[in-house]
Amino acid sequence: MQLADDGSGGRFWGGLGLRQKQVVWAWAFLAVPILFYALVRFYPTAEAFYIATTNWNLLTKPAFVGLANFERLWDDPVFWKVFRNTVLYLAIGTPVSLLLSFTIAYHLDRVRFMHGFIRALYFLPFLTTAAAMAWVWRWFYQPVPIGFFNDVLVAFGLPQQPFLRSTTQALPAVLAPAIWAGLGFQVVIFLAGLRAIPTTYYEAARIDGVGNLTILRRITLPLLKPTIIFLVVFSSIGFLRIFDQVYNMTSGDPGGPLNATKPLVLMIYQTAFSSFQMGYAAALTVVLFLVLLAVSLMQLRLLRDR
Amino acid sequence: MAKRMVTWLLLLTGGLVMLTPLLYMFSTSLKDASDVYDLRLIPAAPTLDNYVKVLSDGRFLRWFANSIGIATVVTISNVFFDSLVGYTLAKFRFRGRYLVFIAILSTLMIPTEMLVIPWYVMARNFGWLDTYWGIMFPGMMTAFGTFLMKQFFETVPNDFLEAARVDGLNEFAIFWRVAMPLVTPALSALAIFTFLGNWTAFIWPLIVTTSKELYTLPVGLSSFAVEQAIQWELIMTGAALATLPTLAVFLVLQRYIVRGVVLAGLKG
Repeated sequence: MQLADDGSGGRFWGGLGLRQKQVVWAWAFLAVPILFYALVRFYPTAEAFYIATTNWNLLTKPAFVGLANFERLWDDPVFWKVFRNTVLYLAIGTPVSLLLSFTIAYHLDRVRFMHGFIRALYFLPFLTTAAAMAWVWRWFYQPVPIGFFNDVLVAFGLPQQPFLRSTTQALPAVLAPAIWAGLGFQVVIFLAGLRAIPTTYYEAARIDGVGNLTILRRITLPLLKPTIIFLVVFSSIGFLRIFDQVYNMTSGDPGGPLNATKPLVLMIYQTAFSSFQMGYAAALTVVLFLVLLAVSLMQLRLLRDR
Repeated sequence: MAKRMVTWLLLLTGGLVMLTPLLYMFSTSLKDASDVYDLRLIPAAPTLDNYVKVLSDGRFLRWFANSIGIATVVTISNVFFDSLVGYTLAKFRFRGRYLVFIAILSTLMIPTEMLVIPWYVMARNFGWLDTYWGIMFPGMMTAFGTFLMKQFFETVPNDFLEAARVDGLNEFAIFWRVAMPLVTPALSALAIFTFLGNWTAFIWPLIVTTSKELYTLPVGLSSFAVEQAIQWELIMTGAALATLPTLAVFLVLQRYIVRGVVLAGLKG
């Protein structure tokens, strides 16, 4: 390189102008990354769509079956159950976690005393490993005398709950640690958003004698819109892709009783790597892709409306 | 004033409730099997026996080392390549720049779960199944990191780079010695995010590894917990071992980590 720079190395390089040299440098910097993105992102994406149109168990050659996998999926009651679960994770998880985190951040924003310490308490679970925490929560959900929650319920004279063993309670029970772990991140982002609102707005409103609730509705929330949209999309994508918690909390009976907790990603995992139905699994990933795409497009749209 | 005190107390209580799972995990990891059903948070007779038991056969240490090694290599790769690409897209003018940017950005739309099947096929064809490289290759660069770094390099004044050019530095030296030191907050944010993401990563290491020696900590813990079935004190010890390092690092670098997460979250 040094040689090239003083013009003695190669007629080609020496003959280039500064701008042309920059173009060469730019493509040199991009060469390896472009190869990476082509081979590890774009090609596999295309391949996923292709595999979705085949019947393939990894051992024989893939057989092209057109849209048969999607027809099968349409008629598969397990798929619809799983789809419903996935939507439920999103529909419960996102509003609950955002409401909680906003409430916490809104109040914590005004607290000076031990602000950093309290923030750290909420933030710590974000740094944990989902697979590890799933086992802690699973232990909490056990019946008396093992499980913490049931011990507490019984201590207060309340009936035991089946939690993970119930077809209705299992899904919220699996969702709880996911909300718990993500809350701190949302609080920290909300705090940053709140901090970015100029205090002069609040002062002006106070001088005009506007109440706290009106300030919240007319100033804080509208100015937080970009933060809120970001968190809605970020957490929605997280809940749609939920896997670690479910896999670990229901490992004896993956997906819970009667698939009560099974999300799309767990179904993909089982279809591909337990039953080796690669084509069908790939078709399921296409569905996941489309759902996530819809969420992302919604974000773009909402941001444009700003 | 009283209202403020109540708010403060509620916030503190909520924060302590958030810690309950972690506190009980650590507490139980220090309890004898016979004390597990005792709900007291402070163990009556604290013991490190569980840690000795869990660590004695060396499996956890191996998984621990695997996780640290993998997360470190992937983080270094991301910090280097994401920065290099981000810098090139932010500071060079050339035809096709926008196309490259959009192409890389568009990969954000593709979920990992969609790619695991093709990656598995690819790893199988190249003999990467059940190897460290097999675990690492999909994450060596990310669009997220590239986008983050591009945003930050755009704030670096061109004058600095021009001055270095006049001094006769080549373009790589300008990137490495002039531009990179100017974006260290972004670099630490990217490093923290990447390391944490790989430290906790589960589905891909689970798919690509079959030998226990190659498991990462989360996958190893998961298989360990299934084996232990109902020995909750041992499972909690394993979970504590998987959690301790990140918590310890956080306690030391709290300011940087929170700032890094905010930076990465808002700019990325």
